Amino acid sequence: MTRHQALHLHVPEPTGRPGRETDFSYLRLSRAGKIRRPPVDTQALATRDLAYGLVRVLDDEGRALGPWASQIDPQLLRRGLAAMMKTRIFDARMLIAQRQKKMSFYMQCLGEEAIAIAHALALAPGDMCFPTYRQQGLLLVREDVDMVEMICQLLSNGRDPLKGRQLPVMYSYKRAGFFSISGNLATQFIQAVGWAMASAIKGDTRIASGWIGDGATAEADFDTALTFAHVYRAPVILNVVNNQWAISTFQGIAGGEGTTFAARGVGCGIASLRVDGNDFLAVHAASQWAAERARSNFGPTLIEWVTYRAGPHSSSDDPGKYRPADDWAHFPLGDPIARLKQHLIAIGAWSEKENEEAQRELEAQVAAAQKEAESHGTLADGHLRSAAEMFQDVYKELPEHLRRQRQELGV
Amino acid sequence: MDVTEQSSETTASARCTPMTMIQALRSAMDVMLERDSNVVVFGQDVGYFGGVFRCTEGLQKKYGQSRVFDAPISEGGIVGAAVGMGAYGLRAVVEIQFADYFYPASDQIVSEAARLRYRSVGDFTAPITIRMPCGGGIYGGQTHSQSPEAMFTHVCGLRTVMPSNPYDAKGLLIAAIECDDPVIFLEPKRLYNGPFDGHHDSPVIPWSQHRLGAVPEGYYTVALASASVLRPGSELTVLTYGTMVFVAEAAAAEAGIDAEIIDLRSIWPLDLETIVASVRKTGRCVVVHEATRTSGFGAELVALVQEHCFYQLEAPIERVTGWDTPYPHAQEWAYFPGPERVAAGFKRAMQG
Ligand SMILES: Cc1ncc(C[n+]2csc(CCOP(=O)(O)OP(=O)(O)O)c2C)c(N)n1
Ligand SMILES: [Mg+2]
Repeated sequence: MTRHQALHLHVPEPTGRPGRETDFSYLRLSRAGKIRRPPVDTQALATRDLAYGLVRVLDDEGRALGPWASQIDPQLLRRGLAAMMKTRIFDARMLIAQRQKKMSFYMQCLGEEAIAIAHALALAPGDMCFPTYRQQGLLLVREDVDMVEMICQLLSNGRDPLKGRQLPVMYSYKRAGFFSISGNLATQFIQAVGWAMASAIKGDTRIASGWIGDGATAEADFDTALTFAHVYRAPVILNVVNNQWAISTFQGIAGGEGTTFAARGVGCGIASLRVDGNDFLAVHAASQWAAERARSNFGPTLIEWVTYRAGPHSSSDDPGKYRPADDWAHFPLGDPIARLKQHLIAIGAWSEKENEEAQRELEAQVAAAQKEAESHGTLADGHLRSAAEMFQDVYKELPEHLRRQRQELGV
Repeated sequence: MDVTEQSSETTASARCTPMTMIQALRSAMDVMLERDSNVVVFGQDVGYFGGVFRCTEGLQKKYGQSRVFDAPISEGGIVGAAVGMGAYGLRAVVEIQFADYFYPASDQIVSEAARLRYRSVGDFTAPITIRMPCGGGIYGGQTHSQSPEAMFTHVCGLRTVMPSNPYDAKGLLIAAIECDDPVIFLEPKRLYNGPFDGHHDSPVIPWSQHRLGAVPEGYYTVALASASVLRPGSELTVLTYGTMVFVAEAAAAEAGIDAEIIDLRSIWPLDLETIVASVRKTGRCVVVHEATRTSGFGAELVALVQEHCFYQLEAPIERVTGWDTPYPHAQEWAYFPGPERVAAGFKRAMQG
């Protein structure tokens, strides 16, 4: 009989820690333009190579290469660039406002702006996103969502459309195809599938788009969503935003070591893509592919967006404690805003001067919106919604016991 | 109380048919699938087969696979999908095969369905009905016998309902499906085929021999949050629901006590008015439920009665419940609060 060595438990460790630079070779990148683009009716199992590769369109010089480089209107790209710039400005200002105690909490999407924004531009009116707290770009790209109102939500002031009930950033915009954000991770993923099933049941043409982070894929709701999406061939896009981190744990702790999150999809019988999430053109092309597949009744697509959470997890987090401070600077997929700008300039559709002007104008826009929102109060100055509203909407109609409790509070 | 007098329900088309509770529940879903094209029914084994308790038998054939269908064995997935469907505008009626298996769906029930309206200020709602057979008395052991109602009544935003007979089952299920709040619909499985007085050795009396087994064929509702006085009485108020309703009735008869037996029907939000009026009249109160005692819904009932009727009480409020143990298999009848234990509780309340 063979003698066995003592067993030992494997606990994944990131290659980089404070003071030790990350070796990003674990990402296994593909070169821009090298990954094939299958027809949208492809068999799920035939996407195996795509789930382990990395769809990229933009190369280091900002050229759009390969089969995923679609004919895309430069006007749309400029709109996308502006929305990304606006989102970054918005995040930076809101983080400062949080430091000034005008709001209790904030979450940025720094470094991930391309994903929500290019994706939103590939969806159709009426489609429904089931986002996490890091897809503010879905709202900021839209012209029909008022930035002032969003900031009022963040400030929990008298104009907060959510009446002070939700943490800042937990927006809800049904009319803008944005499902109410839950603080409980992953719950929205299976709900997105349910919404998509409903659309199919009703013979509708609208599709759903569900969102989840790399860390939250470890929740049961992730696997459940994949099973249901596959079983009922639901018209849904299942987005996994792999920004490498879940608070302080890197993606290896969520199950990403030696495999990809996209590969989970293939294992469940779902067409799956792994895409450079910092490449605006790749995000738009892959989103369009998945939306077209869903809308044509060919079923769900899982897309792993490879990106990097450049900022702290939230305003309560200090990433300097668990990862190298300059990690983002070494992240091989770069900065989505810089890359799209480089591309637009390369194709002659943008200039440094226009960029500077746009930056100035967007900063002024966000500052004006913030000023207006703050004129309705902030968490710090106590201009809050009435406490009586706390008792509403627990049920459709106020039941007797809540009426009594409201009286007890004296409001 | 005669069924036709029951509080605030919509008048039924006169034609009544004897139905078991299973048939009544099926009839409710049938009526609603017919009336509202946004109603869908799904769960484990509910489609082609018609459910392990047969509650959805024939519905897939009648309404098609896209409205009545089988689901994977994932309670979290079933409820989560129902919440998403609710956001779309459907009314999902889902079955959890046994109440004992709702736990994997807890997050979707407690954090999502129950709070969606609140957290989104009505932007999104979850008008879903979650049916689940509950309770013991069928040798189901600890994983097919639980009565977890208190797990739900503790959650703000949920409605929790437990009918005790075919008439109420159908009217309440229709009301639950039409309700814009999420409803937990607990079905005492020991009552599926007949009223059960707790004498488990006696032959089963079928619903066809009971007045509450006469069920209108068409649409009607039994209002949520309305209790029914199953038996009027003067000496003692019994607050109970589900499986224990007919046990309490038998216990009162056997103890020779003129008890007023209130079937809560809706556990939360509940009909406090009926309860308070009765206890103020009788001055004595016994709470009876099959679920475990500690932090059971009985504790809430005792507290409410104490808050509202303290000066009318002539004796301490009694509780008769299941023991604080998992539901045993072979010792089921030692666990179940049968008529003897219930009657003993009544006597204590009469002496106190
Ligand atoms: C069910 C649940 N468990 C834990 C948390 C606490 N929590 C909030 S965000 C987070 C990390 C999530 O990481 P990931 O899914 O990668 O998303 P990211 O923040 O990177 O966008 C944790 C652990 C939670 N909100 N919900
Ligand atoms: Mg993450």
